[in-house]
Amino acid sequence: LGHGSGGQLSHQLLTELIYPYFDNPILATGHDSALLSIGNQRLAFTTDSFVVSPLFFPGGDIGKLAIYGTVNDLAMSGAKPLYLSCSLILEEGLPMNTLSTVLASMSHTAEESGIKLVTGDTKVVEKGKGDGIYINTSGIGVVAHDICIAPQQIEKGDLIILSGDIGRHGMAVMAMREGLTFDNPLNSDCAALSDPIQSLLNEGIVIHCLRDLTRGGLATALVELSESAEKTFLVEETAIPVSDAVTGACEMLGLDPCYVANEGRFIAFIPAAQAEAALTLLRNHSVSATSCIIGSVDEGNKSQVVYKTTMGSERLMQRLPGEQLPRIC
Amino acid sequence: MAVERCCIQIEGIVQGVGFRPFVYRLAKEKSLHGWVANHPQGVTIEVQGETLLIRNFLQELTTNKPQLAEIHTLNTHLTALTEDTCFTIRESIQSKPTPEKKVSETKVPENIALEKRASKKETSATPQISVPPDTAPCQLCLDEMFDPDNRRYHYPFSNCTNCGPRFSIIESLPYDRKNTTMQPFTLCDSCQQEYKNPLNRRFHAEPTACPDCGPQLHLCDSKGHLITNHTDALQQTAQAILNGQIVAIKGVGGFQLLVDATNPQAVDRLRQRKNRPAKPFALIYADTENIQQDCIVSETETALLLSPQRPIVLLAKKKAPYNELAISVAPGNSDLGIMLPASPLHYLLMALLQRPIVATSGNIAAEPICISNTQALQRLSTVADLFLMHNRSIVRPLDDSVVRVMNGVSTLLRRSRGYAPLPLALSLPEPMHSSSTSPDLLAVGGQLKNCVAISHNNHVYLSQHLGDLDNRHTQEAFEHAIIDLAHFSEVSPDTIIHDQHPNYDSTRWALSSEKKCVAVPHHIAHFFSCMAEHQHFGRALGVSWDGSGYANDGILRGGEFYSWNGHAEINHLASLRSFPLPGGEQAIREPRRQAAGLLYALQGEDAFTEYPLLRQQFSTTELYNLQRMLSRQLNSPICSSVGRLFDAVAALLGIATHNRFEGQAAMALEACAYPSIARWHFPFDIINKQGSQQPEQSIDWGPMIIALLDAQKSHIPREDIAAAFHNTLAQIILTITQTFDGYPVFLSGGVFQNKRLTETVTLLLRQHGQQVYHHEAVPANDGGLALGQIYYVRCLENRSCV
Ligand SMILES: [Fe+3]
Ligand SMILES: [Mg+2]
Ligand SMILES: [Zn+2]
Ligand SMILES: [Zn+2]
Repeated sequence: LGHGSGGQLSHQLLTELIYPYFDNPILATGHDSALLSIGNQRLAFTTDSFVVSPLFFPGGDIGKLAIYGTVNDLAMSGAKPLYLSCSLILEEGLPMNTLSTVLASMSHTAEESGIKLVTGDTKVVEKGKGDGIYINTSGIGVVAHDICIAPQQIEKGDLIILSGDIGRHGMAVMAMREGLTFDNPLNSDCAALSDPIQSLLNEGIVIHCLRDLTRGGLATALVELSESAEKTFLVEETAIPVSDAVTGACEMLGLDPCYVANEGRFIAFIPAAQAEAALTLLRNHSVSATSCIIGSVDEGNKSQVVYKTTMGSERLMQRLPGEQLPRIC
Repeated sequence: MAVERCCIQIEGIVQGVGFRPFVYRLAKEKSLHGWVANHPQGVTIEVQGETLLIRNFLQELTTNKPQLAEIHTLNTHLTALTEDTCFTIRESIQSKPTPEKKVSETKVPENIALEKRASKKETSATPQISVPPDTAPCQLCLDEMFDPDNRRYHYPFSNCTNCGPRFSIIESLPYDRKNTTMQPFTLCDSCQQEYKNPLNRRFHAEPTACPDCGPQLHLCDSKGHLITNHTDALQQTAQAILNGQIVAIKGVGGFQLLVDATNPQAVDRLRQRKNRPAKPFALIYADTENIQQDCIVSETETALLLSPQRPIVLLAKKKAPYNELAISVAPGNSDLGIMLPASPLHYLLMALLQRPIVATSGNIAAEPICISNTQALQRLSTVADLFLMHNRSIVRPLDDSVVRVMNGVSTLLRRSRGYAPLPLALSLPEPMHSSSTSPDLLAVGGQLKNCVAISHNNHVYLSQHLGDLDNRHTQEAFEHAIIDLAHFSEVSPDTIIHDQHPNYDSTRWALSSEKKCVAVPHHIAHFFSCMAEHQHFGRALGVSWDGSGYANDGILRGGEFYSWNGHAEINHLASLRSFPLPGGEQAIREPRRQAAGLLYALQGEDAFTEYPLLRQQFSTTELYNLQRMLSRQLNSPICSSVGRLFDAVAALLGIATHNRFEGQAAMALEACAYPSIARWHFPFDIINKQGSQQPEQSIDWGPMIIALLDAQKSHIPREDIAAAFHNTLAQIILTITQTFDGYPVFLSGGVFQNKRLTETVTLLLRQHGQQVYHHEAVPANDGGLALGQIYYVRCLENRSCV
């Protein structure tokens, strides 16, 4: 099961088992979405499946996730999301009003995100063979700009911008699922990220790289990018915003918020000269209103993420392996 | 009168320690002719003269040898007379001359055979590392330093062939001045004469220096602006410390932070600035008389304090110490970590201060200590008010070593300055044929308190203590240490041995190399580490008790018993009954959570209603969530660790609810037991495990915990309960091991840094006629893993070639 947690095992599953079967240059870029050239039009294409328990949680539901997930994958390649497909796999016995609530949520979310659901499919599996609903969505977006947004574009001196506080989605879902209670309410951060990114592009910000933070959290995203970019990142613990609610819940559970899932947060690598302008633009959008600079790209080609702790020491961030095993002896 | 010529081959630590001038002087004294020369395997001497004088010469060679020299083997044979008319020190030769005829053993003075180390090292015949460790100033150098008429009066960089910096300043081999950080300092005429004169104790003292030609002190503020230099710098430093300021000084193996230990505000300020709320600080005292005013010091401990290695020695604090030490020096501790001045600079400073001084490593959190002036000014500018520095560079960070006397013998808790990089010898037979030479090995140790080791045949070269590998700078130090060891031992290993934990940075490093890798289970490495240092090869029992180590079954282990049949077979005999740690690493930081996990394992859901204690230590919401986490196994890994049992019991007794540094609760529990003389113990069960292939036992702590809580309820003094807990653990070890007649018992793992436990177990087992060993030369904690990793692989390999 650790293979789906977004850490070391997922990484192994992809590179060792899946990639070898489908070897082509587009897949090999390892992006969230594929960039396709059709005539003189550049399109972004992506697909994602959604499994979540519980189906409804504070701040969202599986329907919202299914739309945001695909919209955000498109957004991270700098594309403007246009069309969406959707297939549902329903477990026999799913209450009809549960389904209609999810569908209503999807339709509302799609509209709000400016994407049209244009094709779909539904299958029903026997009771016990699914967790209520599985949703797969695929999306197409158009890439209007001609800058290349990719880990390889990351340069020494780039600043790393984080679009808001981290860990809310993962902790909200976990608290709900496990029946935990906390003094401060936990709400998912799930949201569409295409608008703030489109406004960066429209204002001529040269984005070097983007990544939405999903499973594995901020730490995994940073580690993966430092590996693809072959660069050293310096990140300051004190600069990373974490809400009191998430801090409290993480401490209770013994989790590090840097590894907790998000569904409405991204990091952007921007040349230092444009970072202030980018921050101002991002802060105009409610989903990225608390954007801030959390670090920078350092000298050297060693793939590592240096995490300067509040204690002042410089730890190295690791991709989360399987489950978190204590190393204290 | 018979005249003969004798050739003497010596191996051991005989280079860089003033051995050749010593031989020269001795030969002159006995009017012998001949020569002495260094070569990669050691030293060769030829002496010609009267038989009786040669005998005396051989005798004194071992009895009067320089204090830093160690003779591992000494062989002699007669050879043809020559026309020599004097005794000379020859240039170093490339290899050991081959003897013409075999040794007559009777020639070897008896006292050599009596030397423990010499007799054990008989198997060695391999190249010897010739990098000596750093040592404190010798008495002669000290006398000079405090003699107003001497040209080195008050000079803080005095040294000779018997003392001074070594490993900390050596950049590469061979050990010549030009390969040390003394290279930029050209010797003045006086120093040059001493250096060239075989009769002078500074003959070839590579780091020799004087005020005219050597390094100089300077004092800076925290911005790096020069305040003053030389003697004035020293005086102003002392004044600043007396005024309560924090001064970073450049010591032997790196920077230290000094503050007046009798000034509570100053000590608190250091704690605050260093972000170190509770972990005990070490102290420097001016002399042993002063230490005896504050601590109970045994003869062994005095000898350790005065030893040239100058380690920090853990000493029992007196009930009413003479010096008014700030409470925050070592809050809640019954021991103090104390050292005497380790360098001329420290001697001069302590002569001015004449009071206990806190000396803690000049680093941020778990990073290696700063070694360069720029590094210190960068990283410690927010901690220190002043910086006392000099212009002699330090090559690698070396922390102060820490020892504790257990059962009357010194046990290293941290092996670094003064000890590294001396090699250890394994007791294995040498490979029989040159074709079956064992491969050179690199062992990368664990994650915390990391130390690495390289082996070549039966010699293991251990690095200094490196620290916790999740830190960027420690990882750099780790990589440097590996390069260093390979260079100094002239070995390039082709196999890397690592721990089984997939998440250890050392494991990652090994697996990402191109070399062949071998994983050794954590607790087997602990066991073999203790066997290795006691040169034990035959059948044995291992008690590996620590905080937690990785095992393939997903349980965090640390309460393990093994048997080793002396050939190839290792059996897991028993382990502690397991319990969950709600919150994983967070639980390790909060002993109260471990107590909750323990009680949950014992009573299930009822634990939360039955024990008022849990309600006292947690809020209602916390308790509710904790219960959910435990029942749903949410980030609640299972452990079978004695280290964790210590934490849980400390929390149950209300001694500690949070660990503000590693091992705090366990140390507090040991300290709590200190005044008690209770001999009784709690009940426990040994249960035969069902279903496992080999007969395995589980140690059930259930009855002990129930009895312990009852004892608490009936108001039995807490120190007696704490003592009884230690006694119970000793009884457990006795019960498991006593069925194995003739198997010596080896105690390893971080838990055996606990003196109370180690001494109780040792006494109990010896009373029952069992042989028992604990660590001495390498730490019981993960700092000893690398040695065990190598020894285990070598033992298995030895089996396969027999
Ligand atoms: Fe260990
Ligand atoms: Mg995706
Ligand atoms: Zn000396
Ligand atoms: Zn001089």
